[in-house]
Amino acid sequence: MKYLDEYRDRDTVLKLVDEIHKITKQKWTIMEMCGGQTHSIIRYGIDELIPDKIRLVHGPGCPVCVTPIEMIDKALEITAQPNVIFTSFGDMLRVPGSNGDLFSVKAKGGDVRIVYSPMDAVELAKNNPENDVVFFGVGFETTAPANAMSVVAAKSQELKNFSVLISHVLVPPAIEAILQSEKNEVQGFLAAGHVCTIMGYEEYVPLCETYKVPIVVTGFEPVDLLQGILMTIKQLESGQYKVDNQYTRSVSQQGNDPAQKVLQDVFRVVPRKWRGIGEIPMSGWTLTDKYTNFDAEKKFGVIHTTADEPADCISGDILMGHKRPNECSAFGTRCTPENPFGATMVSAEGACAAYYKYHRFQTELA
Amino acid sequence: MCLGIPGELTEMILDDGLIKTGKMNFGGIVKEVNLSYTPEAKVGDYLIVHVGFAISIIDEKEAMKVFDYLKEIDGLELG
Ligand code: SF4
Repeated sequence: MKYLDEYRDRDTVLKLVDEIHKITKQKWTIMEMCGGQTHSIIRYGIDELIPDKIRLVHGPGCPVCVTPIEMIDKALEITAQPNVIFTSFGDMLRVPGSNGDLFSVKAKGGDVRIVYSPMDAVELAKNNPENDVVFFGVGFETTAPANAMSVVAAKSQELKNFSVLISHVLVPPAIEAILQSEKNEVQGFLAAGHVCTIMGYEEYVPLCETYKVPIVVTGFEPVDLLQGILMTIKQLESGQYKVDNQYTRSVSQQGNDPAQKVLQDVFRVVPRKWRGIGEIPMSGWTLTDKYTNFDAEKKFGVIHTTADEPADCISGDILMGHKRPNECSAFGTRCTPENPFGATMVSAEGACAAYYKYHRFQTELA
Repeated sequence: MCLGIPGELTEMILDDGLIKTGKMNFGGIVKEVNLSYTPEAKVGDYLIVHVGFAISIIDEKEAMKVFDYLKEIDGLELG
């Protein structure tokens, strides 16, 4: 397929690997922000092709992984209400709350439906006026414009039986939380290409300057990732720290203007709790007052609970880049995709699941 | 989850001022896509699609840059 195959081409990959080997002199730790990038890196063995001196750690950019247990619990509570059709992207169904997951509700006959797009949930609401249709609006900046449009469409069609359970998170505050952590070892970031497709990359400039780290906007295919790594190492080896853009075929400096306009209308910034990490200030979005009638939390008056991961799960350290999955004592033994302890094992894009799927059981020797 | 798939816009379907949609081909699989966020997209453009919405029009010239860069390196090494 055009725009996929050429970015997976073996010769191009090997040339880039060669370049990276040539220029890498010192030891560096780089974090890729997005779970899709993590998955590609492990799937194509990019971590094994690059020099040992470069340590790749995996960031918190998997919305399924960082959605707090409380949010899953709220979703479960809503599914228990009469006449509710609960809709969600498929990857949220297996994420455990403190008491079961959405998949088990569905198995027991609850009306939980997987949708491909939030607009499908709006259609369902239109076609089922006697039901309350709720959409689980999770995701980063990439997914937010689609979720926002569902609310705009519902409002313009005056749908009273559509609402969204919003758990949106934002990338730049997470990068800042990682950089502020005392345990931080990350020296350069591959920013998530599709997040920046929407938002542009101006908001990363102050982060580069304050923390003196290079941030390279990077795509998802092997050639993209290797070029992103190459651009990051070039900056690191020459003492530079600026925003660079590898993914120019999709990302412009200012991002997607029509999408940003809708986001500004529909969402406002709030603090959010990240699963495994804790609360990060101003790190999420919720609905603005204009759309408050579409807020499922208000509509169903769900309670606020708090819940924690099992004690021996180190997913918080993994999401912050302090540790890698095969450094967890439960990895692959007590904790597997069939019996996941933490969300990083549940989601296919979670770092633990990627390591498990591609058999990365060995921790490398320090 | 932030997966975005490139495909070709083959046909415009609807444009009612608020919502704009078109038909896209992803390596043989045809799907209807919301074009509200890429209002200037034309038939024949390649777009990146995420959860049913086109989020960018792929810039053909930019897409070639990495390959040009590598050719340049090759040239230097051979020369
Ligand atoms: S392997 Fe399981 S227990 Fe260990 S960090 Fe990952 S999700 Fe948590």
